[in-house]
Amino acid sequence: MNPLVTPDIGLVFWTTVSFLVLFFLLAKFAWKPIMGALDERERFIEDALSKAEAAKEEMSRLTNENEVLIKQARLERDAILAEAKKVKDQIIADAKDAAHKEGARQIELARIDIHNQKAIAMADVKNQVAALSLEIAEKVLRKQFEDQGKQDALVADLLKEVKL
Amino acid sequence: MYKSSILKSKIFTLLRICAVFLTLTAFSIPAFSQEEHAEHAEGAEKKFEPSEVILEHIADSHSLHLWGETSLPLPVVLYTDKGLEVFSSAHFEHGHADYTGKYYTYRLINDKVNIVGENNTVAESSSIIKWNSNLTDLSITRNVVSMWMSIAFLLIIFFSVSSAYKKRQGKAPKGLQSFIEPLILFVRDDIARPNIGYKYQRYMPLLLTVFFFIWINNLIGLVPFFPGGANLTGNIAVTLVLSVITLIVVNLNGNKHYWKHIFIPADVPVWIWPLWWVIELVGIISRPFALMIRLFANITAGHIIVLSLISLIFVFKSVGIAPVSVAFVVFMDVLELLVAALQAFIFTLLTALFIGTAIEEHHH
Repeated sequence: MNPLVTPDIGLVFWTTVSFLVLFFLLAKFAWKPIMGALDERERFIEDALSKAEAAKEEMSRLTNENEVLIKQARLERDAILAEAKKVKDQIIADAKDAAHKEGARQIELARIDIHNQKAIAMADVKNQVAALSLEIAEKVLRKQFEDQGKQDALVADLLKEVKL
Repeated sequence: MYKSSILKSKIFTLLRICAVFLTLTAFSIPAFSQEEHAEHAEGAEKKFEPSEVILEHIADSHSLHLWGETSLPLPVVLYTDKGLEVFSSAHFEHGHADYTGKYYTYRLINDKVNIVGENNTVAESSSIIKWNSNLTDLSITRNVVSMWMSIAFLLIIFFSVSSAYKKRQGKAPKGLQSFIEPLILFVRDDIARPNIGYKYQRYMPLLLTVFFFIWINNLIGLVPFFPGGANLTGNIAVTLVLSVITLIVVNLNGNKHYWKHIFIPADVPVWIWPLWWVIELVGIISRPFALMIRLFANITAGHIIVLSLISLIFVFKSVGIAPVSVAFVVFMDVLELLVAALQAFIFTLLTALFIGTAIEEHHH
């Protein structure tokens, strides 16, 4: 048999022994710690990634919440502004109304006052006119009745008119 | 993106280192030729036999070739029926001398230890074909030394990476750690998880060890001189052990569905069952067998091609052919870099796949 394909017993023996020794040494002092470290690091990385993912989700949740809050606040602000505008309009309208009424009342009062003043003035004027006409009439009558004869004639006329 | 660019730069650095090795391949040629000259000097008429040289480089050896004619003798460990015998391979003088130990006289023939008996009869040491109770060769050969160096290298790399994980807990990888981590993640995410499923963690140590062991040894095998020079993953004994480990792991972990499918297949008439069992048994064996052959053949083929290309220079006895040879060798070595990673990947992938099919949960 060709020596190339004939395993030597000595080499088989030493290979078996050496390989097994190598295997146990490496398994105990190299593969175990190395694989352990690799697994641990992978777990750590996975953990970190999932944590990052969770943080991202939390972040987006917070952002969403913020947005909702902002939207709500905006709506509330709009509502408050609308309310305020309404109140303002109301106040302005009320004030206008009140002013209007007050004005009308003032005008009315003024009119009444004017009317009264006018009436007083008229009465005064009338009195003056009456007094003046009486004075004139007295002066006329005095002038006319300076003559006795005329007085008598008038009495006579008047008497004539009086029918008993 | 940043990470991948770091990875790219790291791979680039690795490629550069490999390129340096490849350049050195060219420098190793003089050594190779010197060796040949030495042989020529010894037997003046001896013709250059590429197949001999190539086989010698691919096969295992009792000495570790360093450079030129210098080689490091390795310990010969023999398990005999009378006891253990340990001596230096220097006593064999590269097969030119016999050595008489405590129990027997030994002779090196084709780099294999034999017992020399009376009347110069020779008895081979045990092999998987023929067991010799007198002699089993457990020598620390070139491949064993190379394997131990690669194991030391692996231990240094991964212990330092492991301590980096402890020191820099929870931090990004740095330095060697950042080069190794993608490879580990590759084995985990592209090999183990898709093929095994959620129980992959249990098999990660085996898959990682197999992957890095094969890859590192493939790469070291590409280095043509010390600390390389051996052909470990291209040796069938090594791939045999690795695939037998796969075989054992797969079948020890097979769940009841796996065994039920083998022994009491649904929708199969009872009279076919014996035939079915034979086929399933062949299937169980052939899958790791294919693993063994695939790795062995791929790596050995690469080495043979590289060595053949270098041998061309000596076959033609011309330096003129050297640039062509070297160009092709560089090309092959770059290809072998890919093959080194690819074969490690395929071996690990198929191991994961077999484990996956053995532990798969069926839902009928």
